[in-house]
Amino acid sequence: MSLTEERRATGDPGESAQQPLLSLRGIRKNFGAVQALRGVDLDIMPGKIAALVGDNGAGKSTLIKTIAGIWSPSAGELLWEGRPVTIRSPREADNLGIATVYQDLALCDNLDIVQNMFLGHEVLSRRLLDETKMEKKAKETLSDLAVTTVSSVRQLVGSLSGGQRQSVAVARAVMREARLVIMDEPTAALGVSQTAQVLDLIRRLGDRGIAVLLISHNLTDVFSVADSLAVLYLGKLVSSGSISDYDTQKAVEIITTGASGGPASQGRERTLPAD
Amino acid sequence: MAPPDTPPTAPIQLGEDGLTPEDLARPGTLGGIPMPESEPDSTFGQYLTAWAKRIRYGESGILPVVAGLIVLIIIFQVQDSVFLSAGNLTNLLVQGSVFVLLGMAEVWVLILGEIDLSVGYNAGVGAVITAILAGPPHNLPWWVAIMAGTAACATFGALWGVLVIRLRLPSFVVTLAGLLGLEGVVLYLVSTNGTGGTIRITNNVLLDITNGNLSPAAGWIVAVVAIVLFAVLTIARDLRRRRGGLVAPPMAITLVKVAFVAAATVALVLICNTNRGELITLEGVPYVVLIIAGFLVLYTFMLSRTRFGRYLYAIGGNAEAARRGGVSLGWNRLWAFTLTGFTGGAAGIIYASRLGSISNNIDGGTLVLYAVAAAVIGGASLFGGRGKMIYPVLGGLVIATIYNGMGLLGLAASYQYMVTALVLLAAVTIDALARRGRTST
Ligand SMILES: Nc1ncnc2c1ncn2[C@@H]1O[C@H](COP(=O)(O)OP(=O)(O)OP(=O)(O)O)[C@@H](O)[C@H]1O
Ligand SMILES: [Mg+2]
Repeated sequence: MSLTEERRATGDPGESAQQPLLSLRGIRKNFGAVQALRGVDLDIMPGKIAALVGDNGAGKSTLIKTIAGIWSPSAGELLWEGRPVTIRSPREADNLGIATVYQDLALCDNLDIVQNMFLGHEVLSRRLLDETKMEKKAKETLSDLAVTTVSSVRQLVGSLSGGQRQSVAVARAVMREARLVIMDEPTAALGVSQTAQVLDLIRRLGDRGIAVLLISHNLTDVFSVADSLAVLYLGKLVSSGSISDYDTQKAVEIITTGASGGPASQGRERTLPAD
Repeated sequence: MAPPDTPPTAPIQLGEDGLTPEDLARPGTLGGIPMPESEPDSTFGQYLTAWAKRIRYGESGILPVVAGLIVLIIIFQVQDSVFLSAGNLTNLLVQGSVFVLLGMAEVWVLILGEIDLSVGYNAGVGAVITAILAGPPHNLPWWVAIMAGTAACATFGALWGVLVIRLRLPSFVVTLAGLLGLEGVVLYLVSTNGTGGTIRITNNVLLDITNGNLSPAAGWIVAVVAIVLFAVLTIARDLRRRRGGLVAPPMAITLVKVAFVAAATVALVLICNTNRGELITLEGVPYVVLIIAGFLVLYTFMLSRTRFGRYLYAIGGNAEAARRGGVSLGWNRLWAFTLTGFTGGAAGIIYASRLGSISNNIDGGTLVLYAVAAAVIGGASLFGGRGKMIYPVLGGLVIATIYNGMGLLGLAASYQYMVTALVLLAAVTIDALARRGRTST
């Protein structure tokens, strides 16, 4: 697939000149004989919310783990603001400005909100923990994100509700000055009102110029927040484009059959070449 | 870091489902539940409410064990009025010091969700090596002997750590092997260096650890310095938080806390400074009390103020989360195992000091069970992530109280074991019940 075509596929028409924050080029990942990813191209634009959907086993989690530095791709290239990069560990992803909010959230229930938000990146003064500074920064970040009901940042995370925990995990990513936040099924375990809260939070990240890669099985959620949509089918990106080019029915069809070649406007000839 | 163009979106309300937006928007509420700590100038009453909430969540802290200790003291005092005599209480403190220090040793690994079953015999190894080096024919200075003894124990602790971390063996099994192996080491060292299965301690400094006392005046000076330091540090911390615009406990709470610590310290010195000798004057705070207090302060500081301490709690709470945050699991766990060994060695030296010798019938198996019991009775969790150094101090005092009180009543060891077992069960039951409240809050 040519670069121009990819731009047209993922970005807004008006932003085709803008450089993608992260570009995946021909990403493959094999687990022994299993081809989990079979050449994925994807552009993630700054300040945009990109949704990645696909059936169980399509390779969504595998894809984000290669971006997050959990494992390196078998083949293919990652471009960060146009420059080729390799991401060999979560630390390296962190240094680039990629933060991942895992589905299991990876929070310590026995620590409070501040301690969780700074875990692994504690602020020290004279080699000791600077609790005052950390607590202030945590409060600032939470209020920037308009998370108002977590009123005591010294509450243990184990005592928080699912939506609040999700907010803490997101705030942790934002506080690290992430430029790309990857979220693996952030609303899977949440009730109606808490889902709405988290979706609101995702929108707010976009408003702050942070790119979001959202993985979700819930198309209602996807259609309510995402700017663009990409569909993985058996390790291949079978369709991608602006969210306005899709409707739920069409998306479901592509997800389940992998058949449709792309947004209606682009016709069937955009079907990706076979391996 | 916030871009200036943050849009004026409505705040997200992360409350419970089913509450109206007005409920949620009310300041200082969490889903309609009042959140006292949200107000920078929270009052005494609000603070108590927040505290009660923490207790309901299962963070009852030291309350149950303090209450239990008081009950035990009342029972024993009613049964035998000698119990609360200055002589007996001082004796109890010295008796308890070994359990307390062994419990502190265990807390390092308990926080990680690991256990060290070898710590009792490791204590024996530390005691034997120290006794051998400080006695004839080596006659090394006491501090060299202590350093060598504790270093050996730290090495054994580190060895268990390496086996657990690198080979991913369960610490229960590794340290069970350690328990057996180190019992062998103790027997071997005693049989090759001692006479009649015993190595006598002849060094006066080593004997004085548990048998020597501060002069009464020195005891008061130490107490006053400690109280002033505690008060200044606690109040300075509150002031710093207020200056930073953060919530600080109300002044009244801080003063109550300081007053409580001051009263406890003064009571301790008063008791210890009472003449407990019969023929000769015997008074003053035993050195070992000071040593335990030193360990308590140092270890509490390490756990609460350093990154290392924070990482231990994180690893014990959710190791995968800590790893993804960039925490080195290996090194931090290795240090914890090493500290367990080191502290165990120190406890062994105190044990030998009290007996005046170390013999081949030291029961390291029972000692380690008391160590774990002390930590757990105090409030530490065997599942990791929760434990403070004050816990084994209180738990160790409970065990020493039972041991001492039942001894006064002339009850056989069989009863001591059974009562200790009941107390241990009671402690974990209270903890489990408190935690069950979690799901409902
Ligand atoms: N560590 C692994 N070893 C071997 N195979 C793996 C591994 N991880 C994933 N796979 C395989 O790769 C394929 C893609 O899995 P992946 O977890 O990425 O799917 P997914 O799109 O995230 O699915 P879900 O929606 O169920 O989370 C699956 O066939 C899976 O069995
Ligand atoms: Mg997945």
